[in-house]
Amino acid sequence: MFESPTIAEFVTQSNLASTLPGTLLVAWTLLLVLVDLFAGDEREHWTPLGACLGLGVSFVANLFVYAPAADQQTALYGMFIADAFTGFLNIVILVATLLAVLMSRDYLMRAGIHRGEYYILTLLSSAGAMFMVAANDLIVVFVALELLSIPLYILAAFRSIKNDGGELALKSEESGMKYFILGAFSSAFLVFGAALVYGASGTTNIPQILEVAPAVVDAASSATFYLVVGTALLIVGLGFKVAVVPFHMWTPDVYEGAPTPVTALMSVTAKIGGFAALLRILVTALSVLLLVDGGVAAWQTTISIIAALTLVLGNFVAISQRNLKRMLAYSSIAHAGYIMVALAAAGTAGSADSATQGALVYILAYMFTNLGAFAVVMTIERVDGGGGNIDDITGLARSRPLLAMAMTIFMLSLTGIPLTAGFVGKFMVFAAAVQAGLVGLAVIGVLTSVVSAFYYMRVVVNMYLRDSSGELLPALETVYVRWAINIALAGTLIFGIFYPLASNLVSMVSIA
Amino acid sequence: MNVLNEWAFIGMFAVLAPIFPALPIVIAWLFRPRKPNVLKSSTYECGVETIGDTWVQFRVQYYIYGLIFLVFDVEMVFLFPWAAAYNEMSLFGFVAGFLFIFLLTDALFYAWQKNALEWK
Repeated sequence: MFESPTIAEFVTQSNLASTLPGTLLVAWTLLLVLVDLFAGDEREHWTPLGACLGLGVSFVANLFVYAPAADQQTALYGMFIADAFTGFLNIVILVATLLAVLMSRDYLMRAGIHRGEYYILTLLSSAGAMFMVAANDLIVVFVALELLSIPLYILAAFRSIKNDGGELALKSEESGMKYFILGAFSSAFLVFGAALVYGASGTTNIPQILEVAPAVVDAASSATFYLVVGTALLIVGLGFKVAVVPFHMWTPDVYEGAPTPVTALMSVTAKIGGFAALLRILVTALSVLLLVDGGVAAWQTTISIIAALTLVLGNFVAISQRNLKRMLAYSSIAHAGYIMVALAAAGTAGSADSATQGALVYILAYMFTNLGAFAVVMTIERVDGGGGNIDDITGLARSRPLLAMAMTIFMLSLTGIPLTAGFVGKFMVFAAAVQAGLVGLAVIGVLTSVVSAFYYMRVVVNMYLRDSSGELLPALETVYVRWAINIALAGTLIFGIFYPLASNLVSMVSIA
Repeated sequence: MNVLNEWAFIGMFAVLAPIFPALPIVIAWLFRPRKPNVLKSSTYECGVETIGDTWVQFRVQYYIYGLIFLVFDVEMVFLFPWAAAYNEMSLFGFVAGFLFIFLLTDALFYAWQKNALEWK
């Protein structure tokens, strides 16, 4: 019979300490629910503050847990893994959430939808992302993915406000509904894929799959077939979450309809979670799914095709977008394509580490830049969703010179111009792709970057070179949003100018 | 104990479980007198004649009540074995159970404070 351990035994055996960043955040959030309930009218001050404090606590815990960066440890009987990969992405997620919370308070007050649940759902979603980057088991991947996604479905539908005509603006509800249905649909793919992989390998633990997989592949029996189909279904399920072509259909509508801080948050944390799981599953567990020639993983061709399609479609369709949020949605699809290039490069034996590090630096750069760009869009947008068109920023350089300057730097970083973080990310990803022998894919990446310059620079041109038709734009942002923009700007520039910094931070990362 | 034996119990249970409630219905159907008339065969609802369509819209409050009920219904399913094995549990099991109860209490407080328990 099962002997239940004592508490001390459980804490030491399960290595509970290394899950502290995530578990502390969840515990803090559960207490914040009660604080929010009894804070009364003061809640609009206390709940955001409490959310920021919780993120700070988790951040400090993360620094303590991952200070010895090189050593790898598992927790909760192999379900979680705490390595440099986890620690780095945890920090990215926490900073992204902090920026989103800073943006949110202002937006919610303006829209008149300031409720404490918003912050609680935000923190829970981020905790889900943190568990997902630490997942070492397919079941944990699934549970963490749901913890990440379900709050986002609710948050996407949060903007239930009346527009000028007094009618309820339904875009946000449509956004939440679409995200929910397609998210649930993709989860089914993920679970079915995990079930097939389990059926083929007899385990859901990622390192154990690695041990079993060579025998399964060599046997060339039905189990081999199940393993391949299961891998494909896992790619489909996670591909929905990170929004790569052809699983991107929901992205523009959902991103446009959701409240802008939520769009900013989910364009970063959901992608981080999805890519972390893809990297762990494909690189760690199924790297041995090798073809005979040249030590290349069998899934590399598939991932390369998805990456190429994503790059081309995301960048070309973004050109025709007039709404800034929609444009940034297609741009986020395109950026998922660049991370997908790194994932494909990780499929070549020997370049898994450099490709993973490239993906992490890209994610870091993308996080700062994208959140900053969304924060600027938020300041010029009206709460009913209007005012976010590309023509509405015309003449911003004259009315708000500093804001226009910040937006310019974010656009340059998204394009990948040197001295911005975006360049460092792109450089590392393309270098990894070339090293892995995927020269064609790297060329597609560079060419589509040139295409992306067209629509990013159009924003800059509109701000600086075209004259605004009428009145100056009012200053809509508060000190919190200004801080969010400042932090994002600092991150974009620091990691861009001191370019070895980012690659030093990830130099310990190795998941292969 | 052999793992297969433990599974066999579940298998037997799965076979017997549907038979047990179905048997009385089958027996009643075998032995009952059959004298149908129009009134007997008509739709019956709480002793009164049905009014209108079945597909009506319910207040959303029913749904919230249903959700809260479900939470505590499931809580009971989890807590019953916990209480039954109370004497054989270490402190670990005790704490784990209380953690579970805390999570639900948290949710109950939330629902309570948001007036979800009041019928308006």
